[in-house]
Amino acid sequence: MTNLIILPILIPLLTGAVLICLNKRIMAQRVIAVLSSIGTMIAAFFIIQKVHRDGIQSLNMGSWDAPFGITLVSDMFSALLVFTTSIIAFVCLIYSFKSIGEESEKYYYYPVFNFLIVGVNGAFTTGDLFNLFVFFEVMLMSSYVLLVLGGTKIQLRESIKYLLVNIISSALFVIAVAYLYSVVGTLNMAHISERISKISENGMPGILTVIAMMFLIVFGLKGAIFPLFFWMPGSYFAPPAPVLALFGALLTKVGVYSITRTYTLFFYHDIDFTFQILSILSVLSIVVGVIGALAYWDVKKIIIYNIIVAVGVILYGVSVLNPNSLTGAVYYLVHDMIIKAGLFLLVGILIIITGTSNLKQFSGLMRHYPGLAWTFFIAALALAGIPPLSGFVGKLLIVQGGFEGKSYISAGIVLLSSLLVLFSVMKIFINGFWGQDQTLHGEEKPPVKWLLISPVIMVAISAFYGVNSEVFLPYISQAADTLANPDHYIKAVLKE
Amino acid sequence: MRQPNNMILETALKLLLFFIVLFSIYIFTAGHYYPGGGFIGGLMTAGAIVLLLITYDIKTVQKILPVDYRIVTAIGLLFSIGTSAGALFFNVPFLTHVFTHVEVPVLGDLALHTATIFDLGVYFVVIGVTMTIILTIGEDE
Amino acid sequence: MEILMAFVIGILFMTATYLMLSKSLLRIIIGTGLLSHGAHLLILTMGGLKRGTVPLLGEHAEHYTDPLPQALILTAIVISFGVTAFFLVLAYRSYQELGTDNVEDMKGSEQND
Repeated sequence: MTNLIILPILIPLLTGAVLICLNKRIMAQRVIAVLSSIGTMIAAFFIIQKVHRDGIQSLNMGSWDAPFGITLVSDMFSALLVFTTSIIAFVCLIYSFKSIGEESEKYYYYPVFNFLIVGVNGAFTTGDLFNLFVFFEVMLMSSYVLLVLGGTKIQLRESIKYLLVNIISSALFVIAVAYLYSVVGTLNMAHISERISKISENGMPGILTVIAMMFLIVFGLKGAIFPLFFWMPGSYFAPPAPVLALFGALLTKVGVYSITRTYTLFFYHDIDFTFQILSILSVLSIVVGVIGALAYWDVKKIIIYNIIVAVGVILYGVSVLNPNSLTGAVYYLVHDMIIKAGLFLLVGILIIITGTSNLKQFSGLMRHYPGLAWTFFIAALALAGIPPLSGFVGKLLIVQGGFEGKSYISAGIVLLSSLLVLFSVMKIFINGFWGQDQTLHGEEKPPVKWLLISPVIMVAISAFYGVNSEVFLPYISQAADTLANPDHYIKAVLKE
Repeated sequence: MRQPNNMILETALKLLLFFIVLFSIYIFTAGHYYPGGGFIGGLMTAGAIVLLLITYDIKTVQKILPVDYRIVTAIGLLFSIGTSAGALFFNVPFLTHVFTHVEVPVLGDLALHTATIFDLGVYFVVIGVTMTIILTIGEDE
Repeated sequence: MEILMAFVIGILFMTATYLMLSKSLLRIIIGTGLLSHGAHLLILTMGGLKRGTVPLLGEHAEHYTDPLPQALILTAIVISFGVTAFFLVLAYRSYQELGTDNVEDMKGSEQND
């Protein structure tokens, strides 16, 4: 089927449009949303199989041939991310039923949710630089609405900051695209890569380095790397748990994906400067993220700072640019999306039970919520990368790649960061779950059985992904292989 | 609140509204081969409705045009997505359009194009989104 | 002509930056509007400025301007239209809710959450 790779974009889009009409009927909305997200998941699964069998898939929209029209390209990297996105969307959707509140459900929560998935899947799939911008905007518009939905004071306040940061970064994106267009005269990503390699036969010209830095700023703002993460702890603090899980698991990863894609496809000719900067920034992100995660006593903030650590680890893997580190980066990216979604959902349950996210105000939840406690414990181990859980394999490959690339100090920092990440999440476990049962005396215990389903699914997937890593590694290494050899991508798109 | 003495605007409106809407439809249909299209056509129609809002108040306009603009947006989206997704049934790439020339007795040679339906969707989406935004701010006093 | 455009774009960016650094929310919104104007003009300039022709004049035209930047600008304009509209609604709502349009008062801290 020609149009297979557009289905993960088309299904949520259609669902979103239909759900706008049904905004008063909550049950109908829920059923349709679940069905559509299962459909997306199945479609994404078939795309992975298809890409694994037949190589990179591309679709020229409107039958306009590759460098002229808009092309959608699904290589293994994007197919894996689309599949992970649909799983996370499904799980967050189930979680939303009991936690988001009827008011929001009536106020177009599900349509906007679907449009967000459209944007994320589109950004992962598109093979056209300007189209990437469009899908970014679809995703951002939906995220603005999701962030402000509910309309509490803190949400309004943080939305304004988030909106402003993203408007500026979108303007920079347009500017960067304009510069690149004036240099290479095309927008198709494969075609850009081909033209750039023609221009840079004798080393990359300075203007391309400038453009590479502009892209790093634009995507770095979305992906929250070291100097550009300042907006994240505040803005991600505001929304309710399922939205936070979506944001934490997906939005920053779209930025990471875009950096990876543009740097491995366009700017790989002169890796001395650009990749050096990427490497330094990623290591600094790890350091800053760890410091934040250790310093805060707020459950949400600790996990939010852990996003920055993870972004740093993945981008470090990309910046080393050898087969092992790229494989590790792809593996760790998928792992991190899954486990961050799980952790944020768990934190959401914590906040529902205790009514606060301040770690100093509750303890001893273990007695009444053993299921929650142990799920959190496993999630924490997976996040830190304790074998055999999923974080381990990815980090191992990244560190191995780092040693092969002779950057011992940075790889050492990545290793050390695992330990401190473990400490930061264990801090939640020790203070929140152990100790005196001080919060619940005389109060009614809110039941969390239904809510617990979603994070348990995520943690189970994470464990499965880690234990059976040899099942997934062929797929992951195929993805890394495409990243390492841009020629395959170009050939598949331009059909030369 | 409805202004009691708004004679000039009300009289002008009766004439202008007709022309604006008609012209917006012209712009929309002309957009196939000439400058125009669903986006500016929709904006112009929205402009006409805004003129109506300025002359009367929101309640009166809701009586004249009892539509939920969010639904209009959704219908427009469905039009556009449906036209594009129609390509799926013929196993050609998404967004592929077809067109044919038809000889119509009075109008002569007409190019019928599925992109027009897509553009009609855009037209509705633009009206819906613009009016939703304006009404959201305008609704409370 | 390109030089002139470069100055225009520069002035737009300058004004936008100045406005966005002010405290009033409305000025910030106007600033973002100007910023995207500047970006749109930049696309047009980067595509190369030619005068006296239209984007497409059939297959055998001798002169034509590059249609791609124009298509990009149209898309970018629509997007910035949507974002600005949303920002305006958000600013209005937060003015109602928080009682201020001064971003200085919107700093998040433990006390006023």
